[in-house]
Amino acid sequence: MGLSAATVISLAPTHQHYLLEARQMQALSFMVHIPLVCFGVAFPAMVVYTEWLYLRTGREVYRRLAQRWTKVMVALFAVGVITGTILSFEMGLLWPNFTATFGSVFGLGFAIEGFSFFTEAIFLGIYIYGWNRLSPRAHLLSAIPVVLAGFTGSMMVIAVNSWMNHPSGFRLHNGRAVDVHPLTALFGNSYLWPELLHMYVAGYIVAGFLVAAAYGVGRLRRGTWGRYERAAFAIPLTIAAIASPVQVVLGDWIAREVATTQPVKLAAMEGLYRTTRGADEHLLGWYTDRQVKYGIAIPRLLSLLAFHDPNATVKGLETVPARDRPPVNITRLSFQAMVGIGTLMALLGAYFLWFRWRRGRLPESRWFLAAVVACGPLSYIALVAGWITTEVGRQPWVVYNVMRTAQAVTNVPELPIGYGTLIVVYAGVGLSTLWVLRRLARAPMQSPPEAGAGTTRAAEAT
Amino acid sequence: MHLYVVPLLFVMAGLVFYTVLGGADFGAGIWQLISGRGEAGDRVRQHAHESMAPVWEANHVWLIFVLTVTWTAYPTAFGSIASTLSIPLFIAAVGIILRGATYALRSGASTAAEARRIDTGFAISSLITPFALGTCIGALASRRVPVGNAAGALFSSWLNPTSIVIGVIAVLSSTYLAAVYLAADAARHEDAELARGFRVRALIAGALAGAAAAVGLLVIHSDAPALFSGLTSGGGLAALIVSFAAGLAALALVLTESFEPARYVAALTVAAVVAGWGLAQQPILLRNLTIRQAAAPYDTLVLVVVAVVAGGVILFPSLALLFRLFLGGRLGETAGGTAAQTNASPTDRRTPRPTLARAALAAFVAGLILVVFIDVEWGQVLGALLLVACVILGFVAVDPPSLAEREDA
Ligand code: HDD
Ligand code: HEM
Ligand code: HEM
Repeated sequence: MGLSAATVISLAPTHQHYLLEARQMQALSFMVHIPLVCFGVAFPAMVVYTEWLYLRTGREVYRRLAQRWTKVMVALFAVGVITGTILSFEMGLLWPNFTATFGSVFGLGFAIEGFSFFTEAIFLGIYIYGWNRLSPRAHLLSAIPVVLAGFTGSMMVIAVNSWMNHPSGFRLHNGRAVDVHPLTALFGNSYLWPELLHMYVAGYIVAGFLVAAAYGVGRLRRGTWGRYERAAFAIPLTIAAIASPVQVVLGDWIAREVATTQPVKLAAMEGLYRTTRGADEHLLGWYTDRQVKYGIAIPRLLSLLAFHDPNATVKGLETVPARDRPPVNITRLSFQAMVGIGTLMALLGAYFLWFRWRRGRLPESRWFLAAVVACGPLSYIALVAGWITTEVGRQPWVVYNVMRTAQAVTNVPELPIGYGTLIVVYAGVGLSTLWVLRRLARAPMQSPPEAGAGTTRAAEAT
Repeated sequence: MHLYVVPLLFVMAGLVFYTVLGGADFGAGIWQLISGRGEAGDRVRQHAHESMAPVWEANHVWLIFVLTVTWTAYPTAFGSIASTLSIPLFIAAVGIILRGATYALRSGASTAAEARRIDTGFAISSLITPFALGTCIGALASRRVPVGNAAGALFSSWLNPTSIVIGVIAVLSSTYLAAVYLAADAARHEDAELARGFRVRALIAGALAGAAAAVGLLVIHSDAPALFSGLTSGGGLAALIVSFAAGLAALALVLTESFEPARYVAALTVAAVVAGWGLAQQPILLRNLTIRQAAAPYDTLVLVVVAVVAGGVILFPSLALLFRLFLGGRLGETAGGTAAQTNASPTDRRTPRPTLARAALAAFVAGLILVVFIDVEWGQVLGALLLVACVILGFVAVDPPSLAEREDA
């Protein structure tokens, strides 16, 4: 058995003038990938559910809906795959020293994730192209692995990210990782579960609200809708409405996990400079001169939320030297945006559930529809804001308290050329995706013979 | 065999799968580019698109597999390669983006003209990606990548005779494989005319790829002597002979229109070249790094091997299922759909399901209390599970279809 000779040098020290550009390339790529991931996570479940409704009730609307959504899923999945591939390349193209030093620690997560992607791609292929060819039951079943792989895939990436936030499972010796225990590093991490569930639920919220918003826009424009549109609105909305209040609880969990394991990030999220006993919580405002100005202060709330004790001591930014502090305003405002939007969405979800309980139907007032439409983009903003909180709040570290982002970065010069290219390419991808979605929304679905060729509303009058 | 080479064998196997499966998808794209205008061209393009659609994503994952296993098991090598070869890799990445995006666009195309324009974009990306990846292989094979963060030459590491010739071989062999596969697919759909067309294309592309390989050997002889001596002795030589023999056999099979076996023999031709490169180069990974030096610590290697073997147990049966359905002609166009035999009667429930709704609410409250107020791990995990239960129960209780059935108030 060959124990490898652990004497090879880690890659040389870095001298990169364009660190900021590298970070922005990474951030840009994530912002493109993450919304697609939400669809990869949540859409298969919505589509199978709808197909199952069709099999159970025999109603054509559900078949048409499931097939239309399948087409959308195909397009979004293709874009999800390529944007994810770019991220994989960027692990080497932007952060070779990070991967070279710690690949042996966290890489296993991505290697396992690869098999999730295989499963997802294979069964999605079978599901998409098997509509006519498989028996209804076999077809329905072929989607189950897709749903499961969406979960395991997310779990593996999040395991890596939670390790970056709360690293363990190795020792550093002369700048190299030794005593490596990948399983401990990836799965023995108290940070994994809250982060995974928070992200996974976010996937359902974002996909749910965005799909519901699309149909909400149609309803606001045309003023009426039929069973097809109501189903297409109600299914994703129900998911998002229930997931939103749950997300607030999960957010509280992850926040307390941050408070104990990454105190500096918490201080940046709250704009707290001095270590304070009985710290106040500030809503809105701007951090400057070591304090939050123009905000609304709520006495002792921060201590209460973070440690369940109004007199608890919360560590401030002053506990670490200035060079170890993250940018405060970006982190703080992103965090506030996420929490603010999350709270509004939870309230809207609760209203919907209450209305359904009392009246037994969909709320169809204009303000409600408009609010759902707004929640589409807002949920995406909350998602990105959450990731900015996590990633920028961890700066200047790429692996918390172990490796600086500046040590991880590539030495390749001329990064801005790559950055510019990437912006152009992503803009093209974004426009193309929107074009396809519009096309798919407008294209008439092949109507089955028994329903006759007609508009969606005519076919729906069963 | 040493443990530290096992992951490398996986990487090479992944590379072989990527070349013979993913490579052919690129090749199909190239045929779309040069299949001419008019209706005949449109038919070729449509055939190429339909043959590829159900499988390209699965084929593409082999690339991800290669990347992730490499950076886990040989992290230093991965960081060195990716930084020195950042330009060709970036070009390949952009090609991959274009390819996926045009694939997504295709589903929105409503006229042949639109499809043609989109296919052109697709084809251009199909050309640059294998070429760029081929130049990276050339850089590794001619030992132009040293250890270090962008320590090698930024341009000459991949713009050199060996890299360019391997890039060209990559493009031509992808084109060749695609033609053979597409001929076989056309024959299976009993489209004799298309099959005949792809037979001619396969013969031409095969001859070109073979010629390029011969030129390649000459180039390597002068530009990368170490690689050349590896390829002309021992295992490297054996692999080349296998490739040569398989190449001739595949041509004969294509000539006699036995497309089905030709598919596999043609793939063997290309696979043997990849294997030959690996055999010629070992035990050197990079210019100044052996496989052994590059390998990750013991625990990681063991876990990678376990993970890949376990993953393979799931992967190969699934892949077999996909290809069986696909090659058996059971996967086709998306639209349409047989009416299912359903027996259930439509439900029309206007009242909520009170018990379920109460259970969901209870799960929420209990979950909240456990997650927020019980500061021990089991409490939080239990609470999280209750929250998940709340979502599922709540969804069933709301029963969205009943909301859809209800007419406007
Ligand atoms: C739809 C999206 C969404 C919504 C509504 C919320 N979150 Fe969130 N949040 C995310 C989406 C998100 C995320 C998926 O973007 C993050 C980034 C990392 C992660 O695991 O989830 C995240 C991270 C994140 C973090 C940072 C963890 C870290 O730094 O590592 C905290 C403290 C919270 N969230 C807290 C909350 C609270 C208290 C919310 C309640 C209102 C909330 N989130 C709603
Ligand atoms: C595993 C899942 C990961 C996710 C979901 C994720 C997400 C994100 C997001 C959304 C941003 C944007 C922050 C901004 O706007 O600045 C970001 C930034 C960044 N990410 Fe991550 N990240 C992950 C893993 C990684 C990895 C593997 C690296 C590799 C080094 C990395 C390094 C960075 C860096 C350096 C930034 C820039 C931070 C800044 O601009 O201040 N992240 N990440
Ligand atoms: C927010 C964290 C992330 C989550 C939850 C996530 C999850 C997913 C999911 C569910 C897919 C399936 C495809 C789809 O649905 O569109 C996917 C695709 C992909 N992701 Fe991500 N991802 C994240 C970040 C990353 C990062 C950091 C990387 C690499 C460094 C990455 C690499 C990939 C790759 C390579 C694919 C394509 C897989 C394929 O070919 O099928 N992702 N991701």
